[in-house]
Amino acid sequence: MDKLLIIKNNKKVSRTAIPHLDFATLRQQLLACAAAGGQIVQFFAYEEQGVCKLLAVMRTDKLYIGGCDAPDIFASLTAESEKFHMFEREIGEQYGLKAEGHPWYKMVRYHANYSGKKDVFANNYNQDIPGNYPYFSVDGETVHEVAVGPVHAGIIEPGHFRFQCCGERVFHLEIQLGYQHRGAEKLLQSVPRKRLPIIAETIAGDTTIGHGLCQAQALEALAGLVVDEGAKIVRTIALELERIANHIGDLGALSIDVAFSPPAAYFGRIRGEYLNLTQILAGSRFGRGLVRAGGVTLVMGEEQKKLLSDKLAELTPEVEHVSELIFASPSVTGRFDNTGMVSRENAEKIGMVGYAGRASGLSYDARVSFPTECYGELPANSNDRTDGDVRSRATVRREEIMHSTRLIQSLLARKEEAKDYTPQDLQLAPLSLVVSINEAWRGEVSHCILTDGKGEILRYKVKDPSFHNWTGLALSLRDEGISDFPLCNKSFNLSYCGFDL
Amino acid sequence: MLQIIKNRMEQGYRTSKYPKEQINLYKRFRGLPQVNPKCDPVVAKRCAEACPQDCIDAANCKIDLGRCVFCGLCETLSNGKFATFSQNFEMGTASRDDLFTTGTLPELADHAKKHFKKLFGRSLQLRQISAGGCNGCEADTNVLNTPFFDLSRFGIQFVASPRHADGIHVTGPITKNMRAATITTFEAVPSPKVVIASGACAISGGPFYGSDEIVGDLNSIIPVDLFIPGCPPHPLTTLHALLKYFK
Repeated sequence: MDKLLIIKNNKKVSRTAIPHLDFATLRQQLLACAAAGGQIVQFFAYEEQGVCKLLAVMRTDKLYIGGCDAPDIFASLTAESEKFHMFEREIGEQYGLKAEGHPWYKMVRYHANYSGKKDVFANNYNQDIPGNYPYFSVDGETVHEVAVGPVHAGIIEPGHFRFQCCGERVFHLEIQLGYQHRGAEKLLQSVPRKRLPIIAETIAGDTTIGHGLCQAQALEALAGLVVDEGAKIVRTIALELERIANHIGDLGALSIDVAFSPPAAYFGRIRGEYLNLTQILAGSRFGRGLVRAGGVTLVMGEEQKKLLSDKLAELTPEVEHVSELIFASPSVTGRFDNTGMVSRENAEKIGMVGYAGRASGLSYDARVSFPTECYGELPANSNDRTDGDVRSRATVRREEIMHSTRLIQSLLARKEEAKDYTPQDLQLAPLSLVVSINEAWRGEVSHCILTDGKGEILRYKVKDPSFHNWTGLALSLRDEGISDFPLCNKSFNLSYCGFDL
Repeated sequence: MLQIIKNRMEQGYRTSKYPKEQINLYKRFRGLPQVNPKCDPVVAKRCAEACPQDCIDAANCKIDLGRCVFCGLCETLSNGKFATFSQNFEMGTASRDDLFTTGTLPELADHAKKHFKKLFGRSLQLRQISAGGCNGCEADTNVLNTPFFDLSRFGIQFVASPRHADGIHVTGPITKNMRAATITTFEAVPSPKVVIASGACAISGGPFYGSDEIVGDLNSIIPVDLFIPGCPPHPLTTLHALLKYFK
């Protein structure tokens, strides 16, 4: 890792300072970092003056960066470390750069590449999805296949799931997404700057604050804007409210997936109460329009603070009681225990993040490792149960709800008030790069922006935690009953559109 | 068992009395905008240029609610002189043109397709299709099934199979990769059927307008009967639109 540059979260770096290695050296450096426990934050291709290049950002307790000119065909890193598997497929799909030796090389989202090179998957994009794409299959007399989606039985995003089963038992689950691909990255690189926050907030609508915050911080770093303490408090509270609302909704949904309906009804409503708290702050239940480069659009006055703290005081005991109802019920825990297991070893191999990673024993929390906003001054959470099953993922989320509540309460006690917001034109530093990382409710969200010599956005890369974790869901189904799929799925509750971009 | 009963007592009865009783949303909520027709053209032009969704017609002082994401920037920029966002969440329309508005929408219940009221007024089953939706629209539609809104008390349900449905409720900008599945699902619904476009994406492409990876407008591939604006529409916006259109 000695040839990589150490950078900081949300700190602008001159692109000339980033080590530009040859491919073989970069490969060796990244594999060494991965072997030493490093995980990938970003690994993507971009094009500059007709030349395709690779850029990688890895994390241990620090962030490392390095790049190279991209060969059209390169020796796959996945062949030596699974951590790179989805990233290499994405690089192939986005820029037509082929990872030779990748063990399961196939499309990620199904779209024509940006560089105009020959398509590495031999797809004809005039045809509808799924194109030229062989599913992994298992042969045998008693083996059968179950195909589900893209349209699912419920109000849920589309995706295709292919199970290889023997009776009820699942050998293998393959998840093919891409149905939600809206071309978000391409838009972020090409539209007028005024549209950027609107797109960021809808990369994954349930992570409006998480993605909005990453973008705002990245732009602030490039434009040299300073955010006042009051705005930081509002942003931190909004991110934690987002976490609580989603965790509560999912705990309710987990409960109904094991046919215990009262908590689902209660938590369904209570989730709405937390969304309404975000509406008090932002004027929108999802926090749309709140976070902007430079601060927040609405200040949190005494009135809003009182509404928030009164409502939190009312809701917290209710949340505790309903949680207790779920976790004290033997019919629930009987289904949660030892179901949908992802071992720590596997979680590490595929770079699982967020509560799913923590439930498998990977303690990484970006709020602790790379703190932004107010997180540097706030206490970290710890997790009791990290066995990698549905019970662990549910328990981690229960713990996080209470932890986040305490964080919000301590922030509400602070006096600083945000300054009034004035929209401003941003002048981004030329030939620069910034990597932005935040712990959104699902886990590590990261945005990376590269500017060209004129300060225009050359490449805008987005990574949702779901990009890591969908593979975790597939692994959790190994050797599991197929009827436990809804339960396993909800225990992860991953984003389709965040993955599909 | 005792604990279950205790929890049930604590939770009590939580279903809202809407529409019999009005619900007042918090003053920060951005609902139907009111455009000032006498606004200084310079201010209106400034708002139109700054609008991230390019949905302001400065010359006629109108906002396209089908594309607006209710970010509130025009209100902030003009200090309320061009537009203010009211807390009125009742925004559904039966025609795309009605969404180009100064802030007054026609009475939704008076729409021309009266046969839908007769057919589906007492029982309406919808198949939801997310076609590129960011899970904002989906989440705030799903929430209608929670006890507070309790959609099924009105005889309206979201069903799993298009074969059981009376119509489709579509969210998202219809990605290219969901175009075929959207049409197939629509075709699987038996006639007569109703088509609802929910959220800025399904109506106009929303935040993703102009992307070459989307269709961007449900109406261009399947004729839409009911438009529900918002990014995402507030659950009450959806509830109001469904009740007014079908009841």
